[in-house]
Amino acid sequence: MKTNDVILRTVTKAVVFIILTFGVELFFAGHNSPGGGFIGGLVLSSALVLLFLVHDIETVQQGIPVDFKKVAAVGVIFAVGTGVGAVLFGAAFLTQTFGVFHLPVFGDTELATVVLFEVGVALTVVGTVVTIILSISEDV
Amino acid sequence: METLITILVGILVTVAVYLLLSRSLIRIIVGSAVLSHAVHLLLMVMGGLKKGSAPLLDENATSYTDPLPQALILTAIVISFAVTAFLLVLGYRTYKETGLDDSKELRGFTDE
Amino acid sequence: MNNIVVLPMVIPLLAGVILIFLRSFVKVQRVLSLLAVIATGVVSISILNAIQSEGILRLDFGGWLPPYGILFVADSFSVLLVLTTAIVSTIILLYAFSTIGATRENMYFYSFVLFLIGGVNGSFLTGDLFNLFVCFEVMLLASYVLITLGGRKVQLVESIKYVVINVLSSWFFLLGIAYLYGSVGTLNMAHLSERIAEVGQGPLLTTISLIFLIVFSLKSGLLLYFWLPGSYSAPPTAIAALFGALLTKVGIYAMFRTFTLIFYHEPSITHTLIGVMAALTMIGGSIGAIAYKDVRQIVTYNVVITIGFILVGLAVSTEVAIMGSIYYLVHDMIIKALLFLLAGTMIYLTGTSRIEEMSGLIRNYPALGWLFFLTTLSLAGIPPLSGFIGKLYVGQGAVEAGSYTLLAIAFLSSMFVLYSLLQIFMNAFWGETIISEDEETPLQNRLLLPCVVLGIGTIALGIGAESIAAYVSDAATTLMNPQIYIDAVMNGNR
Repeated sequence: MKTNDVILRTVTKAVVFIILTFGVELFFAGHNSPGGGFIGGLVLSSALVLLFLVHDIETVQQGIPVDFKKVAAVGVIFAVGTGVGAVLFGAAFLTQTFGVFHLPVFGDTELATVVLFEVGVALTVVGTVVTIILSISEDV
Repeated sequence: METLITILVGILVTVAVYLLLSRSLIRIIVGSAVLSHAVHLLLMVMGGLKKGSAPLLDENATSYTDPLPQALILTAIVISFAVTAFLLVLGYRTYKETGLDDSKELRGFTDE
Repeated sequence: MNNIVVLPMVIPLLAGVILIFLRSFVKVQRVLSLLAVIATGVVSISILNAIQSEGILRLDFGGWLPPYGILFVADSFSVLLVLTTAIVSTIILLYAFSTIGATRENMYFYSFVLFLIGGVNGSFLTGDLFNLFVCFEVMLLASYVLITLGGRKVQLVESIKYVVINVLSSWFFLLGIAYLYGSVGTLNMAHLSERIAEVGQGPLLTTISLIFLIVFSLKSGLLLYFWLPGSYSAPPTAIAALFGALLTKVGIYAMFRTFTLIFYHEPSITHTLIGVMAALTMIGGSIGAIAYKDVRQIVTYNVVITIGFILVGLAVSTEVAIMGSIYYLVHDMIIKALLFLLAGTMIYLTGTSRIEEMSGLIRNYPALGWLFFLTTLSLAGIPPLSGFIGKLYVGQGAVEAGSYTLLAIAFLSSMFVLYSLLQIFMNAFWGETIISEDEETPLQNRLLLPCVVLGIGTIALGIGAESIAAYVSDAATTLMNPQIYIDAVMNGNR
């Protein structure tokens, strides 16, 4: 079915980047205020789903040639990995730590291992959501 | 405020039970989603809707909000999200395979 | 700090995730999954021995002390079950290698089996009620996928019921957690037990405990087993065996934990109710088991009967009865796996699941026939097989507590187990051989081997019951004396 979706396509081009930026913003905000990996991941995946809606699946997958099941798996590895990593350092499972480092551009920056855990969560969410959407839409 | 939210929980449960008892698959799935939202609200009410600042961050605050219910709700939301998504896929596949979305007709279904 | 306690959950989870990247290397997947399960077993043996020398172990996640953080607690009861899970799932995996088929192997079958095992082990080990919910969900999500994997129509239809029922029971679980948190303000099991002992288990708390009873009854199939026969007979043999051996047992474990550690103050209400439900379960299961002529249905109703039987131990709640229940729980995980595997093999060989359409199989497959007979005897509780000692202790406990009605129903249900399985045996294995020698499907050794190993398992567990006696009695003592558990969690060794 051919529909006239010029407006949708044009708006999407701009909006996808806004959504992606907002997703990243939410993700990092999660460290000290509302936000975090799950919500950030949901917003990120909503941008991807919008792309899938506007363009067809093949086009998007040419642009983003990743298997989203593997994205989810990488996410779980990150999340569980921070837990196991603590064990390797002789601390209790899932112990998180942070430190203040002096970085060239950012100045004194607080880096925390929780962020790695959250990256894992976000990747898992993105992977799962997109996989689900794809598995429903594949055979329409 | 707690009372109001509790009443809201009751309404949500009523809606969900009505949906769950209907025969169409999609209604059952939506019903299960509404049901889980109801219980998430209940979790929040049970922890108490205190008005305080975020725990640990502000050392000078006089009262803190209990963070545990929020952690519980977040986890529960993630799980119910995954289950609802799975149910949706499952319902869709079942409809595709059998051509049925009526739980009464799906009853006692066999391959042959 | 005992990081080893978390390994039975982390090893399967990590292995399962890694297998997702190895989708096209089926051989590697098989080897890795087997290694992961065996590693879990080895780890749990070492935890079990550590518990005997050091007492209950606990691990506070992230170093947050209880009751603030979440934690894993390993006592003899939970680790015994973890160990049995590892053994049983190793053998079922062996069976799955040759039966599950390339399509499912390519659809991440092994990953989801490992996730399931990780969830099951997590549920056994957690010391926090909300964590129990999370581990339950990990296990259930994996089981949802496994039950639908392959996508046969009947599987899809049955799994919808299964998923919706479980969504509902998870809802009740959260409801119970919310009310419990609202009334006592904690979710750490040991802390809950302490606080409830302080304030007394009033009517409100008893009502909350009944919500938990509903939840775990739905999960384990105690009285609320209406969903069980359908969903356990839909998936292929290896998956059904995994479900039959593991899933209901997690519900039973949770019930034992909550009603011996947290809500043990009002046995006249809660434990009586459990007793009544157990009796009704056994009666209903017995009727189902003798009413059907379909091997799968008979086998799944046997699962139901056993659930009732194990919970008789909790209902009478004496130390001997609990010991019997633990023995029987371990025995049942092994024997139910065997029973499901045998039933599946019979269906594979004959191409039908109706027992009227099978006959004289023992002439064609003598080893299979005698294994089935052995299973029947073991399930009925004939010494020296593994079912005997559990039944003996449960019976002795029931006599001590004076619950003669429960005792009578429990042993009558054993007769029905015997009858229903002998019915399969007489119809399918005895009688005139209808499959001629050139028509018969050859029974490969790789199908028979896992069954033989499990058969040896039930004999060994029966004869060598003495060897695990120390662990079982320690487990029963801990269950009957909540203070041991509380001490270990609240101020024990870290």
